[in-house]
Amino acid sequence: MNPLFETEGACLTIMLPAEVDHPVSDMIRKESDKVMEKTYIKTVVFDFEKTGFMDSSGIGLIMGRYKALGMRNGCIRAVHVNGHVEKLLRLSGVHRYMEIQRQEAACENIGE
Amino acid sequence: MENTNEMTIVFDSRPVNEGLARVTVAAFCTQLNPTLEEVADIKTAVSEAVTNCIIHGYEGKVHKIRLSCRLRGRELLIDVADEGVGIKDVAKAMEPMYTTKPEKDRSGMGFTFMEAFMDEVSVESQVGKGTIVHMKKAIRR
Repeated sequence: MNPLFETEGACLTIMLPAEVDHPVSDMIRKESDKVMEKTYIKTVVFDFEKTGFMDSSGIGLIMGRYKALGMRNGCIRAVHVNGHVEKLLRLSGVHRYMEIQRQEAACENIGE
Repeated sequence: MENTNEMTIVFDSRPVNEGLARVTVAAFCTQLNPTLEEVADIKTAVSEAVTNCIIHGYEGKVHKIRLSCRLRGRELLIDVADEGVGIKDVAKAMEPMYTTKPEKDRSGMGFTFMEAFMDEVSVESQVGKGTIVHMKKAIRR
């Protein structure tokens, strides 16, 4: 399986890369479709720990997974979200459908 | 003397060049000493405009995209131009969540993000001739 994906039971965690743009989102969509065909997935967790950049392609990716999971309550989550990613999640309104966990404050100070 | 500087790059409408475009603009605008947040905003706006050229303007075919940047005092002006299919109804295209390609998991948020992150966004488009997106942002500090 693609190293960006981790399944535990019916939960799929996607470890998003540094930049979540159009080509990356297309690749992740196709790969996660493959995982979801083989394994019954109820929840998808988007892990933004390594992500510094995202654009609307990432929002499309999240909305697409939400639809693929039947738009059930709590079926998608975002973790380790930084300020930039959170801004996009809120602006797009996607935050209404998902629980968002911020990056630890301690992590954000690294490199400053 | 007023701070003016210009650059133009022309590149193929391949998805891999979206990263090149936004990083080039980010490097260009460092002369204005922007905050990290301002750089992230500009990169997202450029990424949206260039993605639009690739997916919508040229519909996946490989042609040229022209990206021009100019500094005017504390302002950064960006033009992203293609010679693609053009937009029939610009106002409709700019509506949040409106997309002609929902099956490709496009969010329809491209223009909304450009408008949110830049001070001004305007679009010139002619069906069959192409589209130019003009964007402007003042770097505050």
